[in-house]
Formats: sequence, structure tokens, C-alpha cells
Amino acid sequence: MIETALVLWLVAAVCFVLSLGGLSRHETSANGNLLGIVGMTLAVIAAFLGVKGGLPLLIMALVVGGIVGAFLATRVEMTSMPQLVAILHSFVGLAAVLVGLSVFWDGSGHVHQEAEPVSEVVESEDNGLMADPLIDEEDNTEEKISAWQPHDIIHKIEIFLGIFVGGLTFTGSVIAWGKLDGRVSSKPLMIPGRHLINLAMLLVAALLGWVYFSSVAFGGSAWPLLVMLLISLVFGAHLVMAIGGADMPVVVSMLNSYSGWAAAATGFMLSNDLLIITGALVGSSGAILSYIMCHAMNRSFISVILGGFGTDGGVAGPAKTGDRKPHTTTTANEVASLLKEAKEVIVIPGYGMAVAQAQHPIREITEILKENGTRTRFAIHPVAGRLPGHMNVLLAEARLPYDLVLEMDEINEDFPDTDIVLVIGANDIVNPGAEDDPTSPIYGMPVLEAWKSRKVVVFKRSMGTGYSGVDNPLFYYENTDMLLGDAKKSSDEILRCL
Amino acid sequence: MIIGVLKEIGRAEARVAATPSSVEKLIKLGYEVVVESGCGVRANFPDALYQKAGARIATNSELLQAQSDITIKVEPPTLEEVNGIQESSVLISFIWPTKNDEQVSLLRRRNITTLAMDCVPRISRAQKLDALSSMANIAGYRAIVEAANEFGSFFTGQITAAGKVPPAKVLVIGAGVAGLSAIGTAKSLGAIVRAFDTRLAVKDQVKSMGAEFLELEFEESGEGEGGYAKTMSDEFIAAEMALFADQAKDVDIIVTTALIPGKPAPKLITREMVESMKPGSVIVDLAAEQGGNCELTRADEKVIAYDVSIIGYTDLPSRLPTQASNLYANNIVNLLTDMTLEKDGQLLVDVDDVVVRGALVTHEGEITYPPPKIENPSPPPPEPPTKESAIAAETAHQASTNTMHLIWSTIALIASGMMLWLISVYADSEFIGHLTVFVLACFVGWQLVWSVTPALHTPLMSVTNAISGIIVIGGMIQIASSFSFSSLLAAFAVLVATINVVGGFLVTHRMLGMFRKQD
Repeated sequence: MIETALVLWLVAAVCFVLSLGGLSRHETSANGNLLGIVGMTLAVIAAFLGVKGGLPLLIMALVVGGIVGAFLATRVEMTSMPQLVAILHSFVGLAAVLVGLSVFWDGSGHVHQEAEPVSEVVESEDNGLMADPLIDEEDNTEEKISAWQPHDIIHKIEIFLGIFVGGLTFTGSVIAWGKLDGRVSSKPLMIPGRHLINLAMLLVAALLGWVYFSSVAFGGSAWPLLVMLLISLVFGAHLVMAIGGADMPVVVSMLNSYSGWAAAATGFMLSNDLLIITGALVGSSGAILSYIMCHAMNRSFISVILGGFGTDGGVAGPAKTGDRKPHTTTTANEVASLLKEAKEVIVIPGYGMAVAQAQHPIREITEILKENGTRTRFAIHPVAGRLPGHMNVLLAEARLPYDLVLEMDEINEDFPDTDIVLVIGANDIVNPGAEDDPTSPIYGMPVLEAWKSRKVVVFKRSMGTGYSGVDNPLFYYENTDMLLGDAKKSSDEILRCL
Repeated sequence: MIIGVLKEIGRAEARVAATPSSVEKLIKLGYEVVVESGCGVRANFPDALYQKAGARIATNSELLQAQSDITIKVEPPTLEEVNGIQESSVLISFIWPTKNDEQVSLLRRRNITTLAMDCVPRISRAQKLDALSSMANIAGYRAIVEAANEFGSFFTGQITAAGKVPPAKVLVIGAGVAGLSAIGTAKSLGAIVRAFDTRLAVKDQVKSMGAEFLELEFEESGEGEGGYAKTMSDEFIAAEMALFADQAKDVDIIVTTALIPGKPAPKLITREMVESMKPGSVIVDLAAEQGGNCELTRADEKVIAYDVSIIGYTDLPSRLPTQASNLYANNIVNLLTDMTLEKDGQLLVDVDDVVVRGALVTHEGEITYPPPKIENPSPPPPEPPTKESAIAAETAHQASTNTMHLIWSTIALIASGMMLWLISVYADSEFIGHLTVFVLACFVGWQLVWSVTPALHTPLMSVTNAISGIIVIGGMIQIASSFSFSSLLAAFAVLVATINVVGGFLVTHRMLGMFRKQD
């Protein structure tokens, strides 16, 4: 029985690995997801094999959780994907905390129960599935309390770390969700001396850890663990509160990573290799995504985590709008006639396009242009949208073929040969200052070189600055026209003119 | 359409307008290519190679010209050549319309559409067909090679058993494409290189090539139109001349590349300066064709005055015929690619295209030069950095990152060593087993996730979200123990983890269903 479970878990682990592998290409991605589902089903079946009690409770939890999950997944708007992802991260964090606490109380229960041989039946069941020699040894130890070995400390460290990472993932994700959903201000919260506060919290947590590890003397009491949990909750919330809205993609992928590490820590806690493997997979996935995002913004991971970027006026732009040359405005009708003439068009969508829901008229424009013999492609900057790859999903939702949607590196060389570039609701990712103005706060960030094309049309609500508060010289270039107004209305108008 | 590649008739001209590899590309554009027999011999492209690339070989030059719809060559055509070209056909070559008005008016009379490679506007989009830049790059390189040939010593400094050799000092005046190329070449030979330019904007480019940028204590930028320099004020020129006089006494080699469009080259090196130079010094004057930057320069000649060699060759690109032909042929292919949108071998002359309009000298029986002023669609394009500058910048950048890298990896190595030592002391074998699994899984994850296409990063996040719900089995294991507070906690954990699992997989399924290929 136990062996069956272990083998099934092995198969499940392989399924997860193949599932991530399947996502490498569009063609295999659906299979990848299916494999993930198969793996998860096998894992849960295997876990059932070991269940010997509390079955009604368990089934109830599974059913309720399943219904809630299905409800969330089928109802969510694609623009709200970041929120969903963030809130799902928080669940993993929460589950890690709960399992950690459960193990703790269970474990401290062992310490008390071991004197009574009656409870041994229950334990041996555990031993099988958890394959935890720790308990075996405990059984054989007469002087159980005084004879705690270093590996007991390791077990305690595992519990401690699991709860800590879980706790900060939980609140961090909840705050990230709030910021993405507009329920919490997306401006960074700058408490004076916040780095010191963070440091102090970490130190206190470490101290509590030390108290807990040597807690045999205190009879394994729960308070250090609970206080530490409290600190980790505050820590996670404070960490994300200090990070500005523009850095949210990094934060979400970072929390993705943390949720993986939380799962892995739980795996160590329960001596379960499947949890360890899965946690490690998820953890490294999130880490890579954070790295890609940071790289695309030319920021170091540390500076993102320390927060504070994206304040209004916090970073002074080199030139105020007043010093600039006047910009040229255009009308939807003119843009439409330009598009009729063009052979090569590139659309650079930003989050503003999704907010305005302009992707659908844009797709229709694309189709008309295609019949005209005009090639229209989409250029996606790695940090466009509020989640890695978010723009791609939004465009896919608008039924835009994915082979027209290209990454920055694939398309950046083509701008000089492009007749018209439509910049829709994007700003910083097309800022030429990032390449040629060393005083710009975003200098060095890789950007889409829209200005190299013959004509740039920028769809923009007003002449304000972008998310990072940096002025964009592109708007004042001679080959740039501004189409001010709501992106959806503007694109509908163009569609009519075509 | 048939493209005819003419053999250059000028005795000094070794370049050719098409190479075997450019012929292949032209054929891919749908053209038929006929080359004049022996046209590439001096650039080391024998007829057989052209034939292999798919071109036909014509032995009769007149017949070839009469057949060709598009004639391509390097040097401006002579009047006889123009008369040989088929009426109403297309000619692509250097023209220098201001100097060759007879040819231009004859081209107009014969109703030939003429595209002058020397008139391509200097905007970023046209860089790939900017033959002047290609040739200037070669001229700058060759200038240093010529100088080295005349110069009696090493360029690089050495310490030998027989004694110390000081490095040569090179002054480059004018840091345009040719100047930068000369700087890079001299630098790579080991010389000490100094450069001067009236345009302060090129300072960084000069520095990135490893040369010292000489500056005047003077506030005036010489940035003129289209990336060229303009004429400076008298005070500025006086200060400039003083600087050159000073430098002339010190340096061994001077390369001058100063040109102002439409004007004779400014005289920067006077007779006195030449006299003050060390015997055996060399001056290479790349402006010789426009009268020279040095008073003593004579075009196409080497002059020795006051024991200083003054080189005024105007055919430097032609002295590197293989390289020059390759670049020139590529420039032509790029121009034709832009003008053959359907790749059907039909040339379209789009007069609304600023690049084509700029290069167009005669068209439909009219002289269309000079072109109307183009609205500059982008800020003044920086000089195309030469390969050397890119490499120089790269190396400098790498050097600094390498040091940081070394420090960090040392710290990481020590830290992980400490960790491993602690683990080996305190942990049991079971924990180490789990750790093994954990570390290996991290590596597997690392490899796997890098292969994920960025377009699928959101589905990747939701799938990893779903599978991190694997924590559900942690909860299930805990429930199994007994019905207690810990069980309740575990049940709640199972509940939230299940939300994750079901929600994550379903939403991924939804997303992936949306992605579709173009039909």
C-alpha cells in the first residue's frame, strides 16, 4: 500500500516535470496542462490510499475547495489574471502555514502521547507514509525529551521555515492581489526606516526560532512559533506594501517562487519527496520569471524587493513637459488613411490597451489590413501587462493568432523597415530615453525601438507621464503623432474609417 | 528584369559592383544577372564563381549594356559608358552629380533613371545601403595600413633585449566613419591614438575605441546637418590650429578626414606644421580629393617634404578591392531589396520613399538632384559604430562585470561551503536524501523553465500555481492522523490547496484554448 503510494507519487513527479516541459511550445502546451492534471490526480489518489480517518472531513474539504476553485477559474476576466494568480499564491502560503501548524501540534501531541503505547497504531500509519525515522526513534527512546537529537532540530527548522515562508507568501500575495485589484493603493508605502523595521522583524524571527529550537526546555510550547507566524505575516504585507505598481510583475513572479519554496519546505517537514520536487520546480520557475522581469526593466532584484520605485516625483525626470517641443496630434481618420497606405505595421500594446478593452477592435483592424495585403504584427515587451506573458493571453483572448505576436528580441530589428507603429496604452517600454539619455531613470532598460520606423502613432489618454513617472521624448519626435483619447473609442473610430 | 554588372574601365579601379554572393541574393529577388567577363578579377572574383552563383557571363560589353534593364557599377560612368546604356533603363552607381554634370545631363537626355549611391540620405533606415559609410570605413583602415607601410618603426611599443621601443603616436582629425575606423585600426596595431573632432557628440565614440579625445577650451559644437560637421568660427579655428601645431611636434602619424559637404576641405595642417614634425613622420590625407586637409597634399600622390611623407591617395577603398566590393555589393543588394517588394524581379521606383528620392539623380527625363529637403524622421543618426568600437565597448563592459562576478561567486562558494559543512555535521542521512532530491529538482526546474516560450509565461504561472497546490497531500496526510485541532487545520489546508489545484488547472485550460495559429 505504502509502496503503491510512493510509486504513484514518483509518476506524479514525472508528470509535473513533463507538464512544465510541454509549456515550452504552443503546440504542446495543452498536453502539458493535461499531464499536470493527470499528475495531480495520481498524487491525490495515492494520498487517499494512506488516509485512515477523517474521511468525511477530507472529502468535504476537497469538494468545497474544488467548487470554489472552479468558480474562480471560469469566472475570471483575462485582464484580472494577475489578481487570480496572486490570490492563488496566497492560498499556497496559507496551506503551508496550516500544514506546518498541524504538524507542530501533531508532533507535540506525539511527545505527550508516546508514554501511552495505545497511540502507537496511529503513529505507525504516519510512519509509513511519512517514512519518518524520527518517530521510529522516538518510539524507542525512553528518555524522549532529553534525548532529542540534532535531526530533531532539523525537523524543527523545517517546520519553522515552512511556516515563515508560508506566512509571508500568504500576506504578501493578499497585498499584491489588493494592489492589482485597486483595493490597496498601488503607490509604495514608505514608512520611515522601513529597512530597519524589516531587519528588526527578521532578527526577532530568528531569535524566536532559536527559542523554539531549544524549546525542549520549555516543554515545546507553541508561543515562539505563533509569534513568529505573526511577524512573518506582517513582514510579508509590509514587504509588498513598499513596492510600487510598476514592479508588480516582479512581485507576482517572486511570490510564485515563494509559494514553491513554501511547498518544498512542507515537503521537508513531512519527508515527502513529491512535495519537495514540486516545490523546487515551482520555486525555480518563479525565480526565473522574476529574473526575466528584472532584466527587462534593467533593475536588480534587490532594488525591486527593497521597493520604493514608481512614486510620483520620487524620481525626477530630466525634463519637464514644458521644456519640450510641441507634439503633433492626429485624428482617427488620418491614422486610418495612413494604415491603408502602409505595407508593414507593428502594434505595441501595453496594459492601457487591456484596460480600455481595445484589443477586439484592434484585432478587427488587423484583419482588414491583412486583406489589404498589409502585414500587421504585434511586439510584446517582457514587462508589458501586469504579469509575465499577460499581453499574449489578452491578445489570444481577442482571437489574435499567436504567430503574429512576437517578443521584443524577435522584432526589434524590424522597426527601421516598418511603415507605421501603433503604440497603444504603452509608454515606458517605447521610451528612447532608455537608450540615449543617461540621465533618464530608466536608462539602460531594453525598449522597443518604435522611433526607428517611418511613422509612430501613440494612442494615449492624455499627455501625462507613464507608470514610472518618466517623461517620454518619443511623443515629441517629428515622426510621432499623438492620438489622444480612450484607446477603445479611437480604435473603433479607425475601424469605421477603414 | 536583367541586371548587368559592368567591368570598371578606370585603370585604378579594382572594385566591382557585384560579388558571387550578392549575385545569389539578386537572383533570389527574382532578377536575372549578367556580369561582364573579367569584371571581378582584380577583386579576386573569377568568372567561374559568378557562373556558379547563377550569373551569365557576357564577353561583349556593349551587348551587355544594351540588354540590361538595370546597370550596376562602382565609379561614375564616363560619357561613352552613358551612351552605351540602354535608353529608359536604370543605372545604379556612384555619380557625384555636382562634379559630373555632363554625365547627369546625358543620363537625363537618354531618359535613364539614375540612383546615385553617394546620394543616399544619411538616416538610420538607410544605413544598410550607405555605400559612403562602407567605403569610408575601408578608407580609414587602409589609411593606417598605408601609414604603417611608410613609417619606419613599430606601431606598438615593445621592450626587447636590444632596447625599448616607444609606441607610435597617431593623431586622427575628424572622427567620422573613416576616422573611427582609422582609430580602431591604429589602436589595434598598438599605437597611442589621439583624435580631434569639432563635434563634441563623438567624444564617447572616440573614447570607446580607446583613443584620447583632444578638446579645446572652447564652447562651440560643430554638429551640422545629417551628421556632418559645419564650418566653425574664426576664433575656434585659431584655437584648433594651435592645438594641431602643438600636436604635430609630438605625433608620428597624422590621419586627416575633415570634410564639410559641398566645400573644399579645410586646410588644417600647414607647411609650418609639416616642417615641425619629426623626420620620418607620415601624414595620410583622406580629404585629398577635395583639395586635402594638408597644404602640401597632392591628390593621388605621395609627396615627401621636410622628410615627412604625405599620402594623398584617393583610391584607398579600391586598394582593398575584395572587401570594398563585398560591402558595396551588399549596399546595392539592400537598395534593390527595398525597391523590389514583391521579390519578383520588378524594380519599383517609389519617389515617395525618402531613401529612393534622395538617391534619385535623374528620373523620367528630368534631373531630380538635389532632392527636396527631407523632414528628418528621427534625431540625427549616430555614426554607425564600427565593429572595433562595438568590440571595445563590449570588452570594457565585460571587464567590470567579470570582477563583480568573481566577487559574488567567491562569496556564494564560501557560503554554500559553510552550509554544506553545517549540514554534514548536524543532519542525518534521511535529510540529506531529501536535500539531494530538492537540489536536483531545482536544477531540473531551472532547465525546464528557461525553455518555456515567453508568450506562455502566464499559463506557466497558473500551471505552477496549480501544481504548487500539491501541498494538498500534505494536508491529507495530516488529516489522517486523528480527529483533532491539527486535523481541522489540515482539513482547512486541503480546502485552500484544492482551490488552487482546480482553479489553476482550469484557468490554464481556458487560456491555452484561446491561443490559435494564423489560418
